[in-house]
Amino acid sequence: MIKKGEWVRIHKIILKSTERTAKLPEDTQKVPFEMWTKGFLLADAEIGDKVEIESIIGRHETGTLIEVNPYYKHNYGKFIPELLTIDKQVKEIVFGGEK
Amino acid sequence: MTKLPQDYKSVIGRKQEVMKNAIGIDYSKFESGSIAFDYEKMMSETGYTLEEMQKIQYSVNTGNTPVFELKNLTALARACAPEGKGARIFIKDEAANPSGSFKERRAANSVYHAKRLGYKGVIAATSGNYGAAVAAQAAVAGLKCIVVQECFDSKGVGQPEIIEKARKCEALGAEVVQLTVGPELHYKFILLLEETGYFNASLYTPFGIAGVETLGYEISMQCVQKYGKNPDVVICTNAGGGNLTGTARGLIKAEALNTQIVGASIDLTGLHMASDKSFNLKSCTTGHTGFGIPYASDPDHSDVPRSAARPLRYMDRYVKVTQGEVFYITEALAILEGLEKGPAGNTSLAAAFSLAQELDQDKIIVVQETEYTGAGKHVQPQLTFARQNGIEVKFGDPADEVPGKSIILPSHPSLIKAVDIDLDHIRRSLIKKNLKKYTANPTEDDYAYLAEETKKDIKWVKKAVDEIKDTLYV
Repeated sequence: MIKKGEWVRIHKIILKSTERTAKLPEDTQKVPFEMWTKGFLLADAEIGDKVEIESIIGRHETGTLIEVNPYYKHNYGKFIPELLTIDKQVKEIVFGGEK
Repeated sequence: MTKLPQDYKSVIGRKQEVMKNAIGIDYSKFESGSIAFDYEKMMSETGYTLEEMQKIQYSVNTGNTPVFELKNLTALARACAPEGKGARIFIKDEAANPSGSFKERRAANSVYHAKRLGYKGVIAATSGNYGAAVAAQAAVAGLKCIVVQECFDSKGVGQPEIIEKARKCEALGAEVVQLTVGPELHYKFILLLEETGYFNASLYTPFGIAGVETLGYEISMQCVQKYGKNPDVVICTNAGGGNLTGTARGLIKAEALNTQIVGASIDLTGLHMASDKSFNLKSCTTGHTGFGIPYASDPDHSDVPRSAARPLRYMDRYVKVTQGEVFYITEALAILEGLEKGPAGNTSLAAAFSLAQELDQDKIIVVQETEYTGAGKHVQPQLTFARQNGIEVKFGDPADEVPGKSIILPSHPSLIKAVDIDLDHIRRSLIKKNLKKYTANPTEDDYAYLAEETKKDIKWVKKAVDEIKDTLYV
């Protein structure tokens, strides 16, 4: 049970594929137009329920409850060895190759 | 209150009326009824004077960013250049603005204007740095803020660069409405404007664009004061055209009339901007040809009836660089100058590195922006994301890069080559769009207007119109 007042993320299909504009590439035309936003849950609910939220600025929005206490997972990526090659190369050209 | 129809067609049909209420500008008074509209009148009646803008911006800690010389990067360019060539490369550190980009200047003015007109909040449609800028300025002004982002593909996967910008907007107090790929962003945007009655902090209003004039003006003042002359070349990363337009107008106001204005975009030829599948095959999300070229040839397809960003009026030269070149130069900037900045903002730096090699060593070339960097918005996560999406990342000749398939990091910096985009082709495309949209028989005023729009003389425009007319209905 997720309690009223918890900070959550919701998802909603706002246009089905058939309701979209005609001026789209084929691949985009086949998929729905979707939305995600976050806010305070306005009534107790479970993940997957249709819920109403109040966003941080006080706007109300409905959608499917998908996450509680959502957080960001993006990062600095994986090691890219090529970057060290670039580093060595530009330093060598500008400052010379002293050991 | 009766709820208005929410279907796509009905909502888009209400666009004009909603936009009028959400910007507070009656654009019709600048229209001639034919092709021409009075751009300068729109800028002067609805914008602010340079002094007013400086006052507004400086009061919210925006602008007055430093300009400094990149001596080591210049040395690297000279090592690649013919004898005696290699202009001095300078950078204006716009990342020093509160939210980390030059967009703060546009946002400061828009939010000031919204508050002055009594709006309770602002909405911006952007996946770029502008969102964070509007959020930051709304925070200071005590206004509410919604940022609408095109963010995910149909699998719910988003570019790390855009995700980071969403995080920053939220960190600055905004609600971030994230959407999947598609122009229906405007549909949700209109619904949100109707629902909230907030101000449309569009990137393309006269006050937004005029906000960038301070940037160009500062470049001139700083260069004259510190280095004794105006820059020979100023390079602007070009997407929607506002950066270049505002900067060029500011340089003109500073009477830096001999400074060459160059636009630079990352080459994403072949990737469709509204394609769900191509969305995550881009390894940069702004500053690319997918925005740069369509907005230059058709400025008015933005979210306002008449865009104040009209880059063809000011551009002397337009070049493209590759993703691999931009990532390489971003790494070089960190390692040679101790400046770790976001890759997208370094598009113009990659171009400057190449163009400097055409110029004598006493020339000054100014790259007019940097942007903040962070998780997601950095060479490493962006290249990681590219690899995860099946893009081949390797060393070689960047000229061989195929957008959506490969990112080729130059195997030597001498391979970084800005490639000229045919400006006349874009100019003719702008003329053709106007002939189709308004009339195939321009008036004398229209010819004069098109000459200004394309930075050409009336004779050239008349010849172009005659040639294009024949192809209009073929």
